[in-house]
This record gives sequence, structure tokens and C-alpha cells, in this order.
Amino acid sequence: MEHIVIIGNGISGVTAARHIRKNSDKEITIVSAETDYFFSRTALMYVYMGHMKFEHTQPYESWFWKKNRINLKKGTVSKVHSNANKIEFSNGEELSFDKLIIATGSKPNKFGWPGQDLNGVMGMYHKQDLENLEKYAPNNQVCKRAVIVGGGLIGIELAEMLHSRNIPVTFLVRENSFWGNVLPKEESAIINKEILDAHIDLRLGVNLKEIKADKNGNVSSIIIAETNEEIACNVVGLTAGVTPNIDFLKNTDLEIGRGVKVNRFLETNIKNIYAIGDCAEQHEAIGQRRPIEAVWYTGRMMGETVAQTICGNKIEYKPGHWFNSAKFIDIEYQTYGWVWAEPKENEARFYWEHQSGKKCIHINYDKNTSEFIGINTFGIRMRHEFFDKALTEKKSVQYILEHLADANFDPEFYKLHEPEIVAKFNIENNTNIQLKKKSWARIFSA
Amino acid sequence: MKAIKQSGLILFLIGLTIFTGTIFTGSFSLNSNEFDSFIKEKNYKNELIKDELQKAVVTSENINIFEFSSRVRNAYKVSNEHYEALITKYDSEKNWTKKGEQYQYKIYGKPHSLSFELAKKAGAGFAAKNPILMWLLTFGLGIIGALLFIIPDVILLGKPGIKNNGIFLNAATNRGWIGWFAFVFLVSFYILLYFYPDYIVNWVYLVDPISESISGNLASQWFLYGFLYCVVMTVMAVRMYIKYRHNKYQILRTTSVLFFQIVFAFLIPEILVRFEKPWYDFKNAFPLDYDFFFKWNLDELLSSGGFGLFILVWGVVLTIVVVPVMVYFFGKRWYCSWVCGCGGLAETLGDPYRQLSSKTLLSWRAERIIIHSVLVFVLVMTGFALYTFFSGADQVIGIKTQTIQDIYGFLIGSIFAGVIGTGFYPIFGNRVWCRFGCPLAAYLGFVQRFKSRFRITTNGGQCISCGNCSTYCEQGIDVRAYAQKGENIVRSSCVGCGVCSAVCPRGVLKLENGPEKGRINPTEILLGNDIDLMELVNNK
Ligand SMILES: Cc1cc2nc3c(=O)[nH]c(=O)nc-3n(C[C@H](O)[C@H](O)[C@H](O)COP(=O)(O)OP(=O)(O)OC[C@H]3O[C@@H](n4cnc5c(N)ncnc54)[C@H](O)[C@@H]3O)c2cc1C
Ligand code: SF4
Ligand code: SF4
Repeated sequence: MEHIVIIGNGISGVTAARHIRKNSDKEITIVSAETDYFFSRTALMYVYMGHMKFEHTQPYESWFWKKNRINLKKGTVSKVHSNANKIEFSNGEELSFDKLIIATGSKPNKFGWPGQDLNGVMGMYHKQDLENLEKYAPNNQVCKRAVIVGGGLIGIELAEMLHSRNIPVTFLVRENSFWGNVLPKEESAIINKEILDAHIDLRLGVNLKEIKADKNGNVSSIIIAETNEEIACNVVGLTAGVTPNIDFLKNTDLEIGRGVKVNRFLETNIKNIYAIGDCAEQHEAIGQRRPIEAVWYTGRMMGETVAQTICGNKIEYKPGHWFNSAKFIDIEYQTYGWVWAEPKENEARFYWEHQSGKKCIHINYDKNTSEFIGINTFGIRMRHEFFDKALTEKKSVQYILEHLADANFDPEFYKLHEPEIVAKFNIENNTNIQLKKKSWARIFSA
Repeated sequence: MKAIKQSGLILFLIGLTIFTGTIFTGSFSLNSNEFDSFIKEKNYKNELIKDELQKAVVTSENINIFEFSSRVRNAYKVSNEHYEALITKYDSEKNWTKKGEQYQYKIYGKPHSLSFELAKKAGAGFAAKNPILMWLLTFGLGIIGALLFIIPDVILLGKPGIKNNGIFLNAATNRGWIGWFAFVFLVSFYILLYFYPDYIVNWVYLVDPISESISGNLASQWFLYGFLYCVVMTVMAVRMYIKYRHNKYQILRTTSVLFFQIVFAFLIPEILVRFEKPWYDFKNAFPLDYDFFFKWNLDELLSSGGFGLFILVWGVVLTIVVVPVMVYFFGKRWYCSWVCGCGGLAETLGDPYRQLSSKTLLSWRAERIIIHSVLVFVLVMTGFALYTFFSGADQVIGIKTQTIQDIYGFLIGSIFAGVIGTGFYPIFGNRVWCRFGCPLAAYLGFVQRFKSRFRITTNGGQCISCGNCSTYCEQGIDVRAYAQKGENIVRSSCVGCGVCSAVCPRGVLKLENGPEKGRINPTEILLGNDIDLMELVNNK
């Protein structure tokens, strides 16, 4: 029986394993150095915040693996011997495979800052980082202040985590506005305010210069590059993005760039070796996407796709319309299609913000054809299916506004802002769009 | 703010301590006039019990409730044993007439209930003499303390939004020592209430004035329970309002259960009694209301004229028509999370414990076996009860209807619904009864699963498998297992509390009522991936 070995028990590796099992009888082994069982990395923050215990982050009970005949092996893979179809573990053990899937995810970026390896400096990616945080920042007695370096999604989560234990946080963000390279300035401004409202000391447009230690090798302070200001702290969180976790593949025959290079079939340059998830790098970006997409959803989609190929239904990785979501402290964010930080030449924007300053929608559409390109929403949940279909069918911005009631996904009885939104669009664009009543027939006519 | 919260806690604990301490206070005895009128009221035909009881309770000694209870129970025991001995004797002498005569002298009833009745008349002590003052020192302090503890959360919790910080780090909500303490307290409370009502007679005095003002009668332990239930729900509803103030579904739902508890379960039945009508809770549907078809209830309803008849018809229509039709349109949530009293307590007092329900496949299996067994049990029992009612025979195939009813009342009505159902909140989560025991929930579940417009829609591919939804599902449903597959949640046990949707950080879940078509939508490849692949795999 063909033996499929998967390195990495994250969402991409596990999705691949599940789908291979569904479609075949092959022998499957998942290898991981991190944990015995798959857990949801995105939920790490909730464990520290006390919303959940670590076991709650594990989507499958432990019997699941045995029942589905998926072998789990704990260990660090140190080498891949592609010509011998074998992987080697750090303890010298070997495991042979017929097909290998590399799904090793990412690791936090470190940019060579002085002091970046001191005690109390950590990323927030692996379970071990969580344990470290629990050790160095259990409460505000032990950790009098934490400094977070890097203003992305993980950075703001880490800020929220520390804040939940009343630990003062200074948050260094290189951009002039939080996530300003991804979000339009309006949305970004809302988040800046949300961060400040939580009494997090947000510093925009600054970089880390160095991390200083006390005599025991523990973090004692950091210095800001621009101002040379020294900030005393006990913990430094490095959240300036992630890079594929593929150091162990250097000096092999595998072609690597920043990640493991793959073609549209998620195949590497070596036959029978595939790469998926955060660690895979497309030779050429797909559509408007980046060559490396370090998000949960794409990891899952690659897992679904590569399983088909491995089970004999060779199929290209062809992700559908972009979507994503996040939560910035109390503000939920969803996005469907593309809304760039800056409009492109052919694009026009419609923006509505609720008087509370905590909800907004931002629609991106084509100036000339009115075709809908994408939407960002803060504080209003939207139906994925609605926008996916609208994008496929190339609907116009007018259509979107007319059917906002179909698109809304907020819990029942929530106050609906659609009339206000449509009215604003009508005034700004001199149109006379009438909001249609929610229709199940339309929602379901998939 | 913290200081207010802490003083609230202290006041609450003082109130609770006084309340608990009250049990041990007071002295119990009757003078001969009071005693005679009790005997007259009871119409006992036997002299022995009169003597025995008189010896026991007509006394100038200062005896507490425990001593009093043991003397009274002993008096009944002596009397009953005496007549039982006679019965055995005449039986061996084959003196059937004499034997038959003795039965009228036996006194039936649970010893502690008999003792409660007498104790209620016999109490002299601070609680019995100053019910209003003592009410203020117990209920009053408890309520004020609890509110002072809860209300500062408006500020302390931070801005409106899901605030579950520290729940698993807290000894009260993570099965720590406070949780176990609450467990012991609640379980003891239910054991006293159901099986040793005489021991808590001092508590009942505290609510006498309130009972008199509503129904015109002195309070029973059930009035005390009803009143306490409303108080606890109201105070904890304030907590819900604060915690979920950003979520209108939760606010409306909480208001609804509170309304139905206070008006339908508490006020209307008491007021009915004032007008000499049968005590009836119009929203309590059979088979949760398991004694509805018992002979004594049917007899009482039939002897209460047109109004009794109306109740009878309503009770039947409620179960056969109203309940399933509403479940078809709205899911079982309309009852379990918007109307029901058990659900109401679970959603208010129990909300802090919802995360403790077990999500394992094993507990789902156990749940299905247990809850359906209870449903079968109640239906069989009702069959017996109806047979007895119509035929007059007190047993069917050699089994006494009364015995079955007693077993159900004890095992299910008291132990399961009360002691375990509520007492175990701090350990097994807040819906133990609703999930594992309630026969009405089992019935509603069938309708919800197979013929309903209700579902929890999963929002395409947006789930990140974080597990908040499953963790906070009080019914132990592994919501994530569906959401991460892009599949709608259609489960018979879902009570539609809406908390999974509230806690989801990615806006994945929406409770809604829509067309039946497409309600159950198993998918393999999630929305967001290649359209052709989805087509290929999902439609095969
Ligand atoms: C805190 C946090 C929050 C996030 N939130 C979101 C979010 O809200 N939405 C979103 O879309 N994405 C989010 N992400 C990103 C998302 O979690 C990742 O994109 C996703 O987990 C990547 O999955 P993966 O399967 O590719 O790799 P991983 O989940 O990283 O799994 C790789 C596994 O392989 C193991 N491994 C690596 N090398 C070896 C080796 N040599 N030998 C053995 N084992 C090895 C690793 O230890 C790891 O267990 C978040 C990430 C973090 C850290
Ligand atoms: S599935 Fe959701 S709505 Fe249903 S009972 Fe569980 S938490 Fe409540
Ligand atoms: S809470 Fe939401 S995102 Fe998290 S597992 Fe549940 S449905 Fe998925």
C-alpha cells in the first residue's frame, strides 16, 4: 500500500490527510514536532485569555486518528532524502514514504535585532510560544510591561491577550496606521482608535532598534530606532510577520525560495513531493494573490486540492474568490473580494461608517463598468455565499446595495443599517437604488 | 468599582450565611389549643397518634427543628407500626373484618412532609416572628449584594462585546473549589427541598407575607422555591443583560424567559389559587409537566367546572398542536430558550457554567440513550395513569400505577430534574437536565431534527476551527465539527440559545428559520475553493 507521509499537523496537513482517507485506502502518517494532536493555531490566544483550555482548541478527539487510520508520529524532521524516498529525524530515525507532503507552516520573523534571543523575547506562533508567554507574563506582577513589535493580525491578538491580564502593553507599528499596508485608511483609523481605547500604548511609524538585557539575560528594556526612547519591559513579542518554516530543507534537491517552490498542482520540483499551506510558494502568484499565502483558509484549500491529486484525480490548485476575516479586539472584520489600501486606477470606492465609529462597510467597484470588486465590513457580518456568487456572476455595485438585506448575516433582531447605507450611496452617486427585502428564494438560488 | 464589587460579594455572603444559619434557629412546640385544632383539621380517626403527637409536640421544652422533626416522625412511626402489627395479627387469625378495619388508622404520607405541616404551625423564633426583617437580612442582603457584585461589570468588563476573559482561570467557573462549593450548596438545597422540607421550614416563614399577599394562603416549601427561583433568575438576568448588552437576541430572549417564569410559572398559578381555581402553569407542557394526566390532577380539573375543562383542553392542545407547530417554524428554541422555566434558570443562573458541558462523542451517545429512555418512561407511565383513570383499576399487568408514578417522581422529577439538573450546574454545565433528561426536549428534538425550518447556518468557508462555539455550547454540541466542514448545524438537542453565534470571532454562525430545502447540507469541499472542484466533489 502506498505510504503518504505528511510533515506538519497543522490545518493544511490534516486537511490533506482527511481527504486522502476519504478518497483512498492509502497508509497515512502525519509527523509533527509541535504537539501530539492537531490544534487550531488561530485559537492560541483564547487559551491565554482563559476563554478555553488547550484541549478545546483540538478539533478532533484523540480516537479520531486511530479510527481513520491516520498514524501520528511526534518528532522533528531534520532531512529529506529525496532520492531514497526517506525522511530523517533529528534523533537519526528514518521513515520512508512513497509520497511526501511538506506542510511545515511558518515561523515568526526575526530581523536580526540585537537581543532577539534573550529570555522573555518570543513570537506568538507555536504552542511553545504560548507556554513561554505563560512563563514570562503570567500576570502584571511578573510582567510589568510588554512590548510588541510588528502591527499585523498576530500583533494585535498578542496585545489583546496581554491586555486581558491587565499587563500594560506598548505596541510598536512600523506603518503610520495599523495594518495600513492592507486596509484603507478609514478602516485602519478605526482600529487605531480601538487599540487606544483599550489603553494600549500604540506607537505608529516606529521600529525596534535593540532589546536590552539585565544581568541574568532577561529582557529589561527596548530602544526605539527613531527616537532612541528606552522602554522598560519584561516581555517582548515579535510579531513582524512570518516566514516559511523550511530551514531543514536547505541543502536538499528541493527548489526553495522563501518557501518551497510549487507549481499549480502543488508539486515541488521532485516527483512525489508536494508542499502546501504556509510553507508553499507558488512560482507565479495566482490572480491578485501573493505567492505565499499564510492564512488558514488557503492552507485548508491546498489540503483539499492536493488530496485529490494524490488520490488520482489530478487537479490544479485554483482558489476561488478571496475572503478573510479577523477580530480586532471587539471589532469583527470580514472581507470578500479585493479592497486594497489604495484604489487602483479603474476603481471607485463607497464608504459608510456608523455613528458609533465601530462599524463600517467599504465597497470597491469598477469606475467604468460598476462591477463589484470587493467589500470590507467592520461590525456587520455578511454572507459568504452571497458575495462569492456576486463575484462569480460579476454583479454591479448597484446590485450589491439593492440586495444588502440578503447579504446580512448578523444575528436575528440586530439593528439593520442597510437603509442608511443605501441612502448614503444614493446621495453620493445621484442614484435611486431601492433596497430589496430579504428573499430566501434569492439566497438559496445557488 | 472593584471595591463596590467586593462589598457586594461580602453582603451577598453575609446574606447567604444568615439564610443558611436560619435553618438552625427557633424553637418548635404547640400549645394544646393549637394541637387540638390541628388534629381536628386532620380528622385522624386514631387515638394513638393523638397521644403520641401530643407527647411529642405539646411541650414547654425548647426544641429545635431537627429534634422536633424526629419526635413527630417517631410519633407517626409508633402509631403506624402499632396498626401494622394489628394487621399482621388479624391476618394470621384470618379475622378479615378486623384486619380491614385497621387500614383507616394508618397514616400515609412522607414522614418529613407530615412533620413539615406540623412544624409550619409550631415555629416560634426570630424567623417565624419577624419574617419581614429576616427576609431583608437574607433575601434582601443577598439581592443587594449580588447586584452590587454584578452591576460594576458594566464598566469592569470593558466595552460591549464578548468578554470571556479568565473563565477557565477562575475557581468558580472552571470546577475549582468555588465551583465545588456551589455544587455542594445547590445539591444540599435540592435534597432539603425535596426530601426534608421540615428542616427548611424557617425559610418558608420568610416568604409567608409575600404568599399571603398573592394567594391569600401561607407559604409552602413550593412557594418558597418558586419565589426563590424568580429572584435568582431576575438577579442573574441582570448579569445576562450586562454581559450580552451588545447582542439583542440575548437581551430579548432573557427578557422573555424572565417574563414567562414570573408571570406564567409564579404569579398566575398563585392568583388562580386565590380564586379557588386549580394551580396551573399555562406554559408547562406535558411531558415536562409529567403529572398532568395523573388521576388526581384529572379529577381535580374535572371537578373545577368550565375552567378546569379549559385547562385540560389547553394542556392537550399545547402538547399536540402548539408545541410542534411552533418548533416547525422557529425550532425548539421558542420553548427551551424563550419560555421554559428550567431553560430560564439554566440561561440565567447557569450561564456562568455553560462551558463545562462535555463535548465528547461518548456523552452525545449517552445523551441520546438517556433522554429517549426518559421519554419512553414518561409515556408508559402516562399510559398507566390514563388506564387507571378510565378503568378505575389501580394496577395494570400486575404493576401499580401509583408505584410507577412514585418512581418517576422520585428518580426523574426530583433527583434528575432538581438535584442533578440544577445542583450539577457548576460541574457538568447548565443544561444537564435539558440535555440528558427532559422528555419534552426529546419530543421537541424529533420535530426540530426532522421537520423544521430552523437551522444554524454556517457561513461558507469562514470558520477557523477555533472552538469557541463548541466550548460555550451548553448542550455539548460540537458546533465546530459542522462549522469547519461548512455544514449547517441541525441537531435535535440545540436549544437555540444563540451563544455559539455570539462567541464566534469570525461571524460564522447564524440561527435562522428558512426553507427546509438545503437546510441539511453536508459538504466536503468548502466554499472559497475552486468552483469546479466543489461541483465535482460535493455533488457526486
Ligand atoms: C496566533 C495566530 C493567529 C492566527 N489567526 C488567523 C486567522 O484568524 N485567520 C487566518 O486565516 N489565519 C490565521 N493565522 C494563520 C494560520 O494559523 C496559518 O496560516 C495556518 O495555521 C498554517 O497552517 P499550516 O498547516 O500551513 O502550518 P502550521 O499550522 O504552522 O503547521 C505546521 C506544523 O508543522 C510542524 N513542523 C514544522 N517543521 C517541522 C519539522 N521539521 N519536523 C516536524 N514538524 C515540523 C510545526 O511544528 C507545526 O506543528 C494565525 C496564526 C497565528 C500564529
Ligand atoms: S448549538 Fe449554539 S444555539 Fe444550539 S444550544 Fe449550542 S450554543 Fe446554543
Ligand atoms: S467559533 Fe466560529 S470560527 Fe470558531 S470554530 Fe466555531 S464557527 Fe468556527
